[in-house]
Amino acid sequence: MSDMKSVYGQGKDNYMFKIRLKSTILFIWFIILTIICLLPIYALLINATRSNNEISSGFTLIPSNYFTKNFKNMITIDYVKDAFKPLIGYRNSAIITCSATILTVFFSALTSYGIHVYDFKLKEISYTFILLIMMVPTQVTSAGFVEFMIRLKLHNTYVPLILPAIAAPAVIFFMRSYLKSSFPLDIVEAARIDGSGEFRTFLTIAIPMMKPAVAVQAIFAFVANWNNFYTPSMILMDGDKQKQTLPMMVQAVQASDKFTDFGIVYTCIALSIIPIVIAYVLLSKWIVGGVALGGVKE
Amino acid sequence: MASAAQRRIKSISYAKYGYIFILPFFLVYFFFQFYPLINTFVLSFKGNDSEGDKFVGLDNYKAILFETEVDDEILLRTSPKLEGVSGEEKKALIKAEQDKQAIQSQHEFFKKSFGNTLILWFGNFIPQIILSLSLAVWFTDAMLKIPGKGFFKIVMYMPNIITAASVAVLFLSLCSETKYGAFNQILHSFGVVEDIESNNSKDFVRFVSGTWEPRFVIMFIQTWMWFGNTMIMLMSGIMGINPSLFEAASIDGASSGQVFRKITLPLLSPIMVYTLVTSMIGGLQMFDIPFLFHKGTGISSINPNVRTVAVFIYERFHAEHKMYGYSGAASVCLFIVTLCLGSVTFYLNRDKDAIAKKKQRKKLAQQAKIKNKQFGGLGI
Repeated sequence: MSDMKSVYGQGKDNYMFKIRLKSTILFIWFIILTIICLLPIYALLINATRSNNEISSGFTLIPSNYFTKNFKNMITIDYVKDAFKPLIGYRNSAIITCSATILTVFFSALTSYGIHVYDFKLKEISYTFILLIMMVPTQVTSAGFVEFMIRLKLHNTYVPLILPAIAAPAVIFFMRSYLKSSFPLDIVEAARIDGSGEFRTFLTIAIPMMKPAVAVQAIFAFVANWNNFYTPSMILMDGDKQKQTLPMMVQAVQASDKFTDFGIVYTCIALSIIPIVIAYVLLSKWIVGGVALGGVKE
Repeated sequence: MASAAQRRIKSISYAKYGYIFILPFFLVYFFFQFYPLINTFVLSFKGNDSEGDKFVGLDNYKAILFETEVDDEILLRTSPKLEGVSGEEKKALIKAEQDKQAIQSQHEFFKKSFGNTLILWFGNFIPQIILSLSLAVWFTDAMLKIPGKGFFKIVMYMPNIITAASVAVLFLSLCSETKYGAFNQILHSFGVVEDIESNNSKDFVRFVSGTWEPRFVIMFIQTWMWFGNTMIMLMSGIMGINPSLFEAASIDGASSGQVFRKITLPLLSPIMVYTLVTSMIGGLQMFDIPFLFHKGTGISSINPNVRTVAVFIYERFHAEHKMYGYSGAASVCLFIVTLCLGSVTFYLNRDKDAIAKKKQRKKLAQQAKIKNKQFGGLGI
């Protein structure tokens, strides 16, 4: 009897040991991956605090005290000042991103609500159509899109960067799935009996109920628009610095041969990513949760 | 009372609101996306530069897809016998020759950029899917006791959120082929790069201007940026699998490898297809990082070894002589490739059981029909 017990105990110990060993090895592996993920960004921030000479003297992980000088150089030296204007970049990116995000979220909610709540002849067809066009890559239409905008003389304006945000098939798909799972149609009927108009029902009842889906999609639309480099650089082709978005400012740092002071280069890049990193740190829980939600598409 | 009101409301048709609610989407879609898609096709059949309005048929496709053989006759007339022809004719002949060469170079450019796109896509997708899948399995394994899973997830997703343009310029600076480049400095301390003070770029590892070095750097950046995203999507897929299956397997004594092969992978296939298709579309569109990963002004300074199809399309638009035709043709080719790859992926991963069942049902229905006919076609 006691023999049996000890064999069983040994097996259990062995098993626990294996699990613990595996967990430890994986933990170390995760730490390594974490370092790989953070190191480039850490190196960027460190190098932004170092002078050009310090950077040339070798790679280090210890910050220096040159950041204010780099920053001052950035806003005073002419060639830097002309090419990289962070404040104007923030402003323009914020204008485009905020308007596009609001349009995307509002109209996608409206469209998905329309398809979900009402019965009409073209309902199924239009939804199938939306699912189909989700697959069309944006880059493919860009040639025709830019040429069309040039013909309409809308290039070099923000219209082609903001208005198309109304049509976001993937967001509609997501919101429709959300409505299906958590928006009973009885609510609409109850609202009608209470004398609420259709638009009022949508605005005051449906939108608040869709809040989680709206928030997740707003975050993603915001990030996608903020980081978008392709479309703005296709549309804003006249090189007017006052109109350019933040990623385009960063491109100026890369394209210009004059940027030889690496301290300034790193400071410029750091300024371009700091807002989004702060936003991520604050919203990371929702963002990671949102990716998981978005992944559960059938 | 209420039932009367309810009946009245039920009798009202609200269909028109459905149309009103979805109208803005369709208006904007057709104006800003559908027409441009058609317009891309139209452009691909039109001429380039000064011949922008001329209809040229399939010439653009021919130019970018096929090796255009230089017409012997023209070559014969242009090179040795050039002295014999008069001014106007000579000019025309020279122009014809130049056109031929320009067309040939379009083909070379497109072939190269298409190859680069495939190389860069495979090079980032394969390590990315291996890394993400293994991480997703480990993260969802309830038996493993790993602290701080939430923290790891957040950190691993972070590179995805950072502006790709900034990431490209950051890595460009870190990879710099001067004494300022961090990677070359690190290699110097290991003795790989010998002379760090020299100004000759040949003494450095050519992370930016080489052939395979920049490709590897870009593959690394893409993997670095996207593995967290893929991991979280796959994780949500794994968590959607019925946990009792895993429990049953562990009671039956299945090893973790067996569980992965026999349960996780087959049941994960719908979400894998989704990941594959989105990643494929994203990979074929790869633009920001290959486009910005070079130093210097102007398009000509782009390293031809990392030029992708999207960069090719962009360049044709921003060239001094606008080449909308080539741009459109390249876009259409990209579209067709995406469509084919997408359909193939879906086809390979289709639900075979469901299809077999459907076939069987059809067969039964047919047999029933035949039987009916045998009885004099008096079936219902």
